[in-house]
Amino acid sequence: MTNDLIHATAAELAAKIHSGEVSSVEVTQAHLDRIAETDGKVHAFLHVDTEGALAQARRVDEAVKAGEQVSPLAGVPLALKDVMTTEGVPTTVGSKILEGWIPPYDATVTRKLKEAGVVILGKTNMDEFAMGSSTENSAYGPTHNPWDLDRIPGGSGGGSSAALAALQAPLAIGTDTGGSIRQPGSVTGTVGVKPTYGGVSRYGLVAFSSSLDQAGPCARTVLDAALLHEVIAGYDHMDSTSINAPVPPVVAAAREGLSGDLSGLRIGVVTQFTGEGYQQGVLRSFEAAVSQLKELGAEIADVSCPSFDYALPAYYLIAPSECSSNLARFDAMRYGLRVGDDGTRSTEEVMSLTREAGFGPEVKRRIMIGTYALSSGYYDAYYGSAQKVRTLITQDFAKAFEKFDVLISPTTPTTAFKIGERANDPMAMYKADLCTIPANLAGTPAMSVPSGLSDEDGMPVGLQIMAPALQDHRMYRVAAAYEAARGAFGGPSL
Amino acid sequence: MTSLVELMDYDEVVEKYDPVLGLEVHVELHTNTKMFCGCANTFGGEPNTNTCPTCLGLPGALPVVNAKAIESAMRIGLALNCEIAQWCRFARKNYFYPDMPKNFQTSQYDEPIAFNGWLDVTLDDGEVIRVEIERAHMEEDTGKSLHVGGATGRIHGAEHSLLDYNRAGVPLIEIVTKMIPGTRERAPEVARAYVTALRDLLKALDVSDVRMDQGSLRCDANVSLSPKTTGALGTRTETKNVNSLRSVERAVRFEMTRQAAVLESGGEVTQETRHFDESSGSTSPGRKKETAEDYRYFPEPDLVPIAPSREWVEELRLTLPELPWERRARIQKDWNLTDEVLRDLVNANALDVIIATVEAGAKPDEARSWWVSYLAQQANSKGIEVTDLAITPAQVARVIELVNAGTLTNKLAREVVNGVLEGEGSPDDVIEKRGFKVVSDDSALEKAVDEALAAQPDVAQKIRDGKVQAAGAIVGAVMKATKGQADAARVREIVLARCS
Repeated sequence: MTNDLIHATAAELAAKIHSGEVSSVEVTQAHLDRIAETDGKVHAFLHVDTEGALAQARRVDEAVKAGEQVSPLAGVPLALKDVMTTEGVPTTVGSKILEGWIPPYDATVTRKLKEAGVVILGKTNMDEFAMGSSTENSAYGPTHNPWDLDRIPGGSGGGSSAALAALQAPLAIGTDTGGSIRQPGSVTGTVGVKPTYGGVSRYGLVAFSSSLDQAGPCARTVLDAALLHEVIAGYDHMDSTSINAPVPPVVAAAREGLSGDLSGLRIGVVTQFTGEGYQQGVLRSFEAAVSQLKELGAEIADVSCPSFDYALPAYYLIAPSECSSNLARFDAMRYGLRVGDDGTRSTEEVMSLTREAGFGPEVKRRIMIGTYALSSGYYDAYYGSAQKVRTLITQDFAKAFEKFDVLISPTTPTTAFKIGERANDPMAMYKADLCTIPANLAGTPAMSVPSGLSDEDGMPVGLQIMAPALQDHRMYRVAAAYEAARGAFGGPSL
Repeated sequence: MTSLVELMDYDEVVEKYDPVLGLEVHVELHTNTKMFCGCANTFGGEPNTNTCPTCLGLPGALPVVNAKAIESAMRIGLALNCEIAQWCRFARKNYFYPDMPKNFQTSQYDEPIAFNGWLDVTLDDGEVIRVEIERAHMEEDTGKSLHVGGATGRIHGAEHSLLDYNRAGVPLIEIVTKMIPGTRERAPEVARAYVTALRDLLKALDVSDVRMDQGSLRCDANVSLSPKTTGALGTRTETKNVNSLRSVERAVRFEMTRQAAVLESGGEVTQETRHFDESSGSTSPGRKKETAEDYRYFPEPDLVPIAPSREWVEELRLTLPELPWERRARIQKDWNLTDEVLRDLVNANALDVIIATVEAGAKPDEARSWWVSYLAQQANSKGIEVTDLAITPAQVARVIELVNAGTLTNKLAREVVNGVLEGEGSPDDVIEKRGFKVVSDDSALEKAVDEALAAQPDVAQKIRDGKVQAAGAIVGAVMKATKGQADAARVREIVLARCS
């Protein structure tokens, strides 16, 4: 029974809970047990909120018993990335500087999840301040890939994706600034979606790079991701950059896609994302996916987006610039860590000592890069130029979408690498986000859906699908159709 | 501290140098809520009570622009004859300071909401100077630091500091002039007159409390000296903490004499921020900055650009009130005031209350007489402005009405005003409480008059003989007998009638 519950999809669990076949408490307890059993090895969670989860599960069970109409995912457990504020529950963002901080308010995503009756199991591990591609930058130790515990689970949202792959939760929330939902999805064999920028409120998402950060759903199936997408998306007056438009019909699109027919759909293969630096097994998996999409009736051709070559350097100016400002607030004055306040030191010294002790090396590196890039005399050459590249990338997307309904590429150039392998080589680490960054810079939606396992190392590979802004449903349709054609590819054994 | 600073004689300064002014005024808008969150925007209050995740800069919190603040900014821009931006953004000004919750201030940088305007400023002698406005932009205020344990109340030397974030996020408009050259010996006066005119304008727009003493209007005065011999621009200093109109004038004058002395001794003026000290009237250097400040401005990514439609701008233009100086011109004409009288009223900050008193039913002369004499004396003795007296124009109008009706004598009217100022309630409340009632019952007065005439038969005879001025002695006796509660004019009439 427990085994069935942790293997089930969110859609299946919801149906069973709402029909009274199982209770949300049973489902929640099964997942809490699974976490207790496996998280010593995986370390997906930074904080498990057993009481809060069971209390929410009981509320849903009572509502079901009382015959109340409950929302589609009510009673289903979820793992929440520790970047989202949770009232009364610790939020560390993977950083020592926020160790022990208990937020007094819920992020809009948190609030929406609670209102929808979703059961929040706890907070998942992440690279500190979402800066990284391996979760090795967490101040609380790395998360391990359930497929191979010696390998990274991707990042920054490695905790959320690993929780899904380890069957600790059927649903998770991630945030994606340069690929932090999609790349972990790819390397853990799970689905990860970065919605259109502004599609999901950023209120309560502890900012890394405000103009790029976007929260999105993570799941083991495309339909589950779509169901979660509709719970968290929508206009929020608390976020000025939130889009005041109807939520794209992603659930309907995912169901439509399950029919398996993509006749007439035009798919562009981005030629910039292949060749040197790409693992052969990843490319072979991608080519197999292209063949399957053709079989489903899609028309597929190459498309060149030349400015995408400059996406990575542009990203590593814009994101650090914004982060250097966003992270200035962590100064020991109002919350979080305070170091050296022994009555003899000045405010500036306490601020400085706290930031020295509280931030890890990657965060410091990016704060320094960003501070430099925004400095008087360098602004135009760095931040200014990067913004121009951003415009070019947006234009390349626009041109490509004149001819194609969606674009595809591998999600990340390689499968999961070994823990420690790239820890001292930031450039190699940054390249994990090569294919995912353009969609962040353009604000367009993109997702990763598993394309099976690499024939070289048996590790999962992801197919990235990109769509125009507010056309999130297009990629869900393609992903669902592909997922059905692809079939099962096994899972990790823990 | 001051004694160490060499100063040059003012006349010598203006003989040798041309002062160049630049004035930056920060105005706190009195919107109901803060600039970027829903917290109440109120002065005072228990520390850290008007706060929320956004204005405390908690992780994850986001700003949302207050539309009313944008509207106020545009109205200020229009009243200052500025162009209103078609499209503009907020920017982040990055620097660390404990009372700034995010360690960046959300401000505007190279895209202000209003720019290229002017304000005509009238000096004491009637000369009009046009001050050109560089820009008016929106930003948020910081919290307040209270430095405890030091001698000066400044951070240096303090034992510890307390932070109050109630003010953090209050909407501010910063109004920056272009360089104001050519003011010569009148530079200090021009500075004061400009801030005065701006204050009056903002008050008429009803966008701010414009209270310098409470910090809702703050002025930073930039001053430099240009040697007449070369005409080269000098190095400027920026004086902060100038908290009254008089201080604006004093600070500019002090800086001129100080800078001139520095230059005269062969030194160089240091470009720095200086701090004005009200008690000594001098300025002292702010904290020395070892490196040039680099605020690393960049467009605020948490906010969307502001693109006010031209229709909106024109709608707002129609809401502009009669400007203070237009109003003055109209009042001068309607009330037939000389330039001098008008200027005295304006300088005494009494014109608005007089107008309000007239609007409440008083005649202009009567209203003016009360505000510039008795009430002005009361304000003076308390060391406050007449506008800060605890009496409203409507209450003054009521007192005047009661005097005209014969219910109060002038002497009693002052007592009533005193009662109002002392917080005893409205004029009618004071009359009630203090038992003031003009003795207006003629039969009682007639009895008193007859008694007085009987008591001073020789005086009575003189009056009967036509020496009308002798009536004063009888009137005085009656007033004494009635403890001042009689209407003296009426008493006189009765005396004359009895002796005719």
